[in-house]
Amino acid sequence: MSRAISVRGLAKRFGGLEALRGVDLEVEQGEFFALLGPNGAGKTTLISILAGLVRASAGEASIMGHDVVRDYRDARRKLGVVPQELVFDPFFTVRETLQFQSGYFGIKRNDDWIDALLHHLNLTDKADTNMRRLSGGMKRRVLVAQALVHRPPVIVLDEPTAGVDVELRQTLWQFIRELNGQGHTILLTTHYLEEAEELCERVAMLKAGRIVALDRTANLLRADAQRRVELRLSPSRLPAALQPRLAGEKNGAFLLNLNDYGELEGMLAEIRLAGVQIESFCVRQPDLEEVFLQTMRGQP
Amino acid sequence: MTGFLTLFRKEVLRFWKVLMQTVAAPVLTTLLYLLIFSHVLEAHVQVYPGVAYTAFLIPGLVMMAILQNAFANGSSSLIQSKISGNIVFFLLPPLSYLEFFLAYLLAAMVRGLIVGLGVAMSGLLFTDLAFAHPLWILAFALLASAVFACFGIIAGIWAEKFDQLAGVQNFIIMPLTFLSGVFYSIHSLPAFWQAVSHYNPVFYMIDGFRYGFHGVSDVDPWLSLAAILPIALILAGLTLQLLRSGYKLRH
Repeated sequence: MSRAISVRGLAKRFGGLEALRGVDLEVEQGEFFALLGPNGAGKTTLISILAGLVRASAGEASIMGHDVVRDYRDARRKLGVVPQELVFDPFFTVRETLQFQSGYFGIKRNDDWIDALLHHLNLTDKADTNMRRLSGGMKRRVLVAQALVHRPPVIVLDEPTAGVDVELRQTLWQFIRELNGQGHTILLTTHYLEEAEELCERVAMLKAGRIVALDRTANLLRADAQRRVELRLSPSRLPAALQPRLAGEKNGAFLLNLNDYGELEGMLAEIRLAGVQIESFCVRQPDLEEVFLQTMRGQP
Repeated sequence: MTGFLTLFRKEVLRFWKVLMQTVAAPVLTTLLYLLIFSHVLEAHVQVYPGVAYTAFLIPGLVMMAILQNAFANGSSSLIQSKISGNIVFFLLPPLSYLEFFLAYLLAAMVRGLIVGLGVAMSGLLFTDLAFAHPLWILAFALLASAVFACFGIIAGIWAEKFDQLAGVQNFIIMPLTFLSGVFYSIHSLPAFWQAVSHYNPVFYMIDGFRYGFHGVSDVDPWLSLAAILPIALILAGLTLQLLRSGYKLRH
C-alpha cells in the first residue's frame, strides 16, 4: 500500500532564503498528522510543494504514490488543500464556486456531494449567496468545501482555524474527524497546539526548514515534558527541602518538578513540617505547547 | 475535457456577469470614435474610391475593439486572480497547461469578438456595409483576436501589479492600434511613416479585415495573412511554454 504522503530530501530555496533544508517525512494512509512550527519554519512551503504550487529545489514528494511533478495529474486528484489565505472569487456564488471546482477536477455532475458538503459545513442557506457577502468564517468553510469536492483521500489543512470562532471550529473538527474515520488522511498545520494534541496521532515539528521532532503525540508528551505541581503557600515560603525541585514561579505560585506520583507524599510531609499552609494545589500534565516550546528552544 | 470546458465557462461567465463594463462600455467608446470622426471627416476624406469614410472607418474600429478586448480579458482575469490569490483554485486541480491555455485563449477571443460584433452591428445604424469577402473577415477576426488573447495572457502572467498591466495597455497596445491605419490609409502617410507602419502587425490585421468588407486594401490580404500567422504561432508557443514552465505562477 502506498503512503499517503512521502517526502524525501526536500529542499527549497527562494533567492537567498532556505525555506526547507532537507525534509524527510512519511505519512501513512488514514493518519491524522500535525505539522507544527513557528512562522517561517517552512510549513506552508512544504504544503505548497505537495500541492504543486511551489517547485522543490531538490528532493521529491509524492501523494498516494504519485510524484507531484512527474505524475502531477494523479497526485493532484488525490489531494485536497485548504489554503491558509482567505481567498475567494468575488464574481461567483457559493454553489457556482463549488461547481467550478468540481469541473476543474473533471467531475461533471456533483450536486449531490456539493449539497452534502454544504450541509455538513452549515452553508446550505448560503448556497446562492455571492462570495463577497460571506463573513470570514463562512468563506473559510467554502474553502474547506472546495478542497473536498473531488473526495480526495489526502486532505491538507493549512491553519484552517485561524481567526475562526469556537462554534465553527467545533463543527469543522467534527466533520474532519468524520472524514478521518472514513479513512481520509489528514495533514494539519495549526498554531493552536491544543488542537493538534487533541486530534493528531503523530506530530512533526519544523524549525528553520528542518524537522526537529517527529513522533507519536503520546510519545512526545511522555518523553520530553515534565509533569509539575503548581503550589500556592501561605506564607509564600518554599521549604528548603523542596528547593531542588523548583522549576519556576508563576503568579506567586511555585512550580515544582514531579517525576513520579509517589513523590507527592514526601512533598506534602515537608510542607507540613515547615509549618506552612497550602492555599492551592494542582498537578499539571505536560502539554504539547510545553513540548513545542522546549523543542524550539533546544534547537539552534 | 471537463476541466477545460469548466475553466472556459468560468472565464466567459466572469465577463458576462459584468457585461456593462466588459462589453457595453467598449462598444459605446468605439461608437463615440465613429460618431466624431465620421462627422468631422465624412465630407473631406475619401480613402478608397466608392467607399464612404464612415464605411471605411467601421472595419478598423471593429478590429480595434476586438484586439483591445481580447487583450483585456485574459490579462485582467489573470492579474485579478494572482493578486486576490484565488488563482490557487485552478492551480491545485489536475488541469493541464494546454487546457489552461485553451480556456483562457478562447474566452478572450469570445469577448473580443462579441465586442467587435456589437460595434459592427451598431455601425450598421450609421451606414451600409459591404461584406465583399466574408471568409477573409472571419479569418482576420479569429486570427487577430487569438494574437491579442495570447498577448493578454502573457501580460497577465508576467505582470505583478495592475500598474504594470496598465503600462502595457497604454504604452504598447494603444500606440500599436492607433498607429495602424484604423482611421486612415497608410498611403496617406509620408514615406517614412508608411515604412514604419509595415512593421506594425496591427496594420496587417486591420488592412486584411478591411479587405473582407470592401474588397480593397493597402496590401494584398494574403500578405497580411502571411504577416500575422507566424506571430500568432510564435505567441501561442510562447504562452504555452510559460504555462508549462509555471513561470510566475508556480514558484
